[in-house]
Amino acid sequence: MSKVALVTGASRGIGRAIALRLASDGFAVGVNYASSSAKAEEVVAQIVASGGRAVAIKANVGDVNEVDDMFTTISEELGPVTVLVNNAGITDDGLVLRMSVDQWDRVITTNLRSVYLCTKAALRGMIRAKGGRIISVSSVSGVSGNPGQANYAASKAGIIGFTKSMAKEVGSRGITVNAVAPGFIATDMTDALGDEVIDAAAHQISLGRLGSPEEVASVVGYLASDEASYITGQTIVVDGGLAL
Amino acid sequence: MDRNDIESKMKELLVEELGLDEDKITMSATFEEDLEIDSLGVVELLMALEDNFGVQIPDEEAESLVTVGEAVDLVEKKLNA
Repeated sequence: MSKVALVTGASRGIGRAIALRLASDGFAVGVNYASSSAKAEEVVAQIVASGGRAVAIKANVGDVNEVDDMFTTISEELGPVTVLVNNAGITDDGLVLRMSVDQWDRVITTNLRSVYLCTKAALRGMIRAKGGRIISVSSVSGVSGNPGQANYAASKAGIIGFTKSMAKEVGSRGITVNAVAPGFIATDMTDALGDEVIDAAAHQISLGRLGSPEEVASVVGYLASDEASYITGQTIVVDGGLAL
Repeated sequence: MDRNDIESKMKELLVEELGLDEDKITMSATFEEDLEIDSLGVVELLMALEDNFGVQIPDEEAESLVTVGEAVDLVEKKLNA
């Protein structure tokens, strides 16, 4: 069976590294993006230059119709999705007392509703194929909580509960469902925190440094591989020893 | 499509989509006990029925289905509606 992976939010950061990793592992890759068209095309170009297959697909993953269209497109261009990586995520931080309903909804929609929508869309084909991998990117914020990130942490903790439930729902069909929970990873999202916050964070990390997107992607690559066939319902923390 | 066509298509879907033994499939066979289909299997069957017959089967109607014959009845009713 052909190996086709769809990675949401794959134009930048961790998603980009996951797309490149899966391509190097032999997957044809759907590179989903919300707005960074040029960056998504760069990821596709890099995969194609290395002899792989990839296609950039614009979709707001919080919107049911756009998600359905995305799955139709990838199915036509690359084939049915065998590995789904729910990576798309945003932050919109603030203390809850000052957090607007809009801030709450926007983060929950992009980070959690999207996981439900994409998983649902992917499952139909996976159940038919009697196999598949669903891997979602959670966060240590969702495991430990983080002040100023109640919306983000709730969405990321939600992913963990969703992952465990789905593992139980579809395990009988040979589909595994797992999550990875990165800590501080050097991306645009953490750059926005500023040097002071990042330096302070590094002191809390056992390994004394931020992680790279590739160090998260390698765990996703493993979970997507045949090697990980007996792992399901798990959340693998990739944080350099932050949340100990 | 008459009732016989629906019955034979139903059998075909149960064999092909759910891997059931054709000999076990009678119109009075119950999904859960006789055919040992789990809840996800019932969902798979519903998706297959919707795809193959072009009908929509809401959850509240699906929940009441116990036997293969009842599923045929429902599809027949939907097609004639």
